Amino acid sequence: MNTIIFRTIAPFLVAIMVVFSVFVLLRGHNEPGGGFIGGLIAASAIAIYGIAAGVSEVRKALKIDPLAIAGFGLFIAGLAGLLSLGAEAPFLTGLWTYFEIGNAKVALSSVLIFDIGVYLVVLGTISAIALALEENEEGE
Amino acid sequence: MAPSLDFTIALIPIAPFLAAFLAPWVHKFTGQYAGWILAIIPASVFVYLLNFIQLIASGSFVSTALEWVPSYGLNFSFFLDGLSLTFALLISGIGTIIVIYSGKYLKGHKHQGRFLAFILMFMGSMLGLVLADNMVVLFIFWELTSITSFLLIGFDHARQASRRAAIQALVVTGGGGLALLVGVILLQQVLGVWELSALRNYGQILQEQAIFPVILILFILAAFTKSAQFPFHFWLPNAMEAPTPVSAFLHSATMVKAGVYLLARMNPVLGANEIWTITLVAFGSITLLWGATWALRQSDMKQMLAQTTVASLGLLVILIGIGTDIAIAAMVIYLIAHALYKATLFLVAGIIDHGTGTREITELGGMMKLMPLTFIVAAVAAISMAGFPPAVGFFAKEEMYLALAQMEWHTIAVLIVLILGNAMMLVVGAAIAIKPFFGGLKATSIKPHDGSLALIIGPVIFGVAALSAGVFVKEFGDIFISPTASAIYNLEVENHLKWYLGMFLKPIILLSVLTWVIGGLLFWKFDEVRKILRRVDESFKWDFDIGFDWLMFGLIRFADKVTRIWHHGRLEIYMIVVFISLGVASILPLILTNSLPPVPDMPDLTFYEWGVFVMAVAGLVSVLLAKTRLVAIVSLGIQGFAVALIFLLFGAPDLAFTQFMVETLTVVILALVMTRLYLDKRDRRRFEDILRDGGLAVICGVGLMVLLMAVLQTPIDLRLSEFFAATSVPIAHGHNIVNVILVDYRGLDTFGEIAVVMAAGVSILALIRIRAGGPQTGIGAPKKSARKNITRKTTTRKKPAVKKQVSKAVAAKVATKVAVRAKAVEKNVSQKSAKTKAASKAKVVSKTKTVSKAKVASKPKTASKPKVAGKVKTKGKTKAKKGVAK
Repeated sequence: MNTIIFRTIAPFLVAIMVVFSVFVLLRGHNEPGGGFIGGLIAASAIAIYGIAAGVSEVRKALKIDPLAIAGFGLFIAGLAGLLSLGAEAPFLTGLWTYFEIGNAKVALSSVLIFDIGVYLVVLGTISAIALALEENEEGE
Repeated sequence: MAPSLDFTIALIPIAPFLAAFLAPWVHKFTGQYAGWILAIIPASVFVYLLNFIQLIASGSFVSTALEWVPSYGLNFSFFLDGLSLTFALLISGIGTIIVIYSGKYLKGHKHQGRFLAFILMFMGSMLGLVLADNMVVLFIFWELTSITSFLLIGFDHARQASRRAAIQALVVTGGGGLALLVGVILLQQVLGVWELSALRNYGQILQEQAIFPVILILFILAAFTKSAQFPFHFWLPNAMEAPTPVSAFLHSATMVKAGVYLLARMNPVLGANEIWTITLVAFGSITLLWGATWALRQSDMKQMLAQTTVASLGLLVILIGIGTDIAIAAMVIYLIAHALYKATLFLVAGIIDHGTGTREITELGGMMKLMPLTFIVAAVAAISMAGFPPAVGFFAKEEMYLALAQMEWHTIAVLIVLILGNAMMLVVGAAIAIKPFFGGLKATSIKPHDGSLALIIGPVIFGVAALSAGVFVKEFGDIFISPTASAIYNLEVENHLKWYLGMFLKPIILLSVLTWVIGGLLFWKFDEVRKILRRVDESFKWDFDIGFDWLMFGLIRFADKVTRIWHHGRLEIYMIVVFISLGVASILPLILTNSLPPVPDMPDLTFYEWGVFVMAVAGLVSVLLAKTRLVAIVSLGIQGFAVALIFLLFGAPDLAFTQFMVETLTVVILALVMTRLYLDKRDRRRFEDILRDGGLAVICGVGLMVLLMAVLQTPIDLRLSEFFAATSVPIAHGHNIVNVILVDYRGLDTFGEIAVVMAAGVSILALIRIRAGGPQTGIGAPKKSARKNITRKTTTRKKPAVKKQVSKAVAAKVATKVAVRAKAVEKNVSQKSAKTKAASKAKVVSKTKTVSKAKVASKPKTASKPKVAGKVKTKGKTKAKKGVAK
């Protein structure tokens, strides 16, 4: 499985997959996509990188423990829900604002923050499991 | 009787909790003066409560409510009437003394700050209990007193005996608390009110309900466990393992009276019927005689007092059971008198213990000259306990005899019980006041000396209070007895207590004289009586304490057996049970309700739809035929991709997208798991195993298929889909309905789901790392210095534990798979419901409604069956292989 072709291609593949996963996450509200699927794509990317470059390399690149990423995701998802309390609306009510940048109209919402939370939870959890499984008994 | 509103009474139970929070710091900075300083809080509560006396005596009451859970009509409400005022004054007054006393009694103990915090916490809970208006608030404080009592009994936690006593008290009183909770909820269901103050006029209505006896028994159970009534009396003497101030405060003056308080409080609602009277009088009588008799058997002063406390609680319960106005008034006088003299005697026992080093009454004597003050306060308390004038105890006894002074056979029986009980309690009081102080001086480990100011001040104040309440009985009755009794009786109870010469000429005084004579005789033969009782006690092999142990250990053994049956640790059997249940649960209801779906017609599929179908079947067949495990896993992926294609073809791109990713990850993770298992590459299994696993697969597959078909039989309700389609853009600002549902309409569901994903991830990681001998990197990894040791340990442990590791790894693997699958299924379901219906309408314009419906109907049949069957297959394989590995 771990051929030289795979090892050479993997970094590029992973980079594209991660960017794609963010793209999928952001377009999710209007086109097929969303935090869950985006998270799965990113997790696959990390799993592939782990197989190609070794787990310690991935951990070094990630800098943060994947489970901590997942925890942070859960945290900001909860936070996004609590935002609406500030607007005196029930927990998890979507809040929207629009910005004009040049000619583009950019939407920002608490729903997007929530979706990013979902993305991070899925990414963190799945990649934590995948990396733990890729590690062999000597810790590598 | 209009209530006056006063928010500040809600602060009364809170103040001691704040003090408890500060107690360890106060103790740290002020050392031995901590008791005096912390006593300021209960003392100010006491003084503050005194302000209400005038108001309450005039027949009014005070109440306050903070909104708590408005949707259930729950308020954090408190009220103060005669009954709660009397209790609150006793709690804060005695509490003040106890805090001062403990400051000295536990001087130098390294956890004294903690002790003071516990005592203050208890005081807050107890004040909350008696002030609570809302019954749920009452329950919360009720349980808080059980918990703080647990902490205090187990304060000396290094000793096994105190730990056991603490647990015993918690089990008994906490169990009673659960009865209270059920009772409270039932009561609210019947009457629709949470407030105690509102309940009092509903007695008639409640007692006509069929459920009334159940509510009654639950409340009585709660009160009996808390107030140590027979047969729950055994925990109270054991609770004497606590330091003496605790015994004086909790287990004589206040907490054990909580049950009595509950009965008194509920008297207008639950009282005045046959069950109530008979239960209370009968159990109260047994408790009274039992406690009084067993008190005579003891020689440890604290044990003697504990048993008389049990007896006194029985007496109070009898008086509430009788329930006439005089009986209630007698109950209130006795309650106050008992709190004062019993707390004094406990504190005296503490002083003697402190001053001599022993509590054994047989080892003490002749200390009159050495401890004169202690003797005086003990004597005053004993006079009140024996019911001699002028102490307030005299009136308590007179009133209770008066309450029973009708010449009917059953009142005479109760009267005899009361006289005997009082006589025996008199003996105990006299013994504690006389035995240690008269006769020849006996040698003790410490030279006897009087207590310092902090120790002796409490008993002096209680003694003065007991005497002055007796001397000024008219005023005492007006201020305390009449309002309290009125609150219990629910009608005005006139105070008729006063001194006059004629009272000593009435025939009723003869009953008191009779009590004193019997008591005197028993005291004369005190040592002989004790010897006889001790012999009787020793001839019994069984008592309630042993019964409690038997029950507890029986429970543990039973739990152990049940666990062994269900939690045998054999993975293959767990899996078989789970899958059989799944299959049966999906088919059986359909058969029982006779709603099996008809066999559908052959669907009219296009060639590429057939192509996908063939692909799925091919994947399934190759799983079955695969020579090695890895090939089987990958083949399972083929089938999964085919299902994803079907989703794509029928207008659910989101679902297909997710399915592709999930399938990929499943294959990757399964393959990774396989590399960590000590399994053969090939999957060989015996014929029986193939039969069993195949059967399971077929049952589950058919079950799910039939279930889905049955679901599709019922017409689809499009209201929800239409709502989503209509509101997705204008309200939720999104065109992708599936995503809008996930993150907005059902955001809370998703939030719960990601929390579950996270939790599943953590547990899977833990399972994987158990096998790997602990984490090497990331969260939970050992520090660099410690790492060496850990690796060494794991390597030595590794060899003999290979078998275990295999099974753990299997568990890890299955958990991974289940988690990933569960997520997929969850998403599939939630997306399917909306997507296939709503999205196909909103987005895929070309397809008409009827066509898309027909296609939806055909989809699950082709998709779900092979998928589930395939899954079961691989699971079956690992199972079988594990058996081989063993």
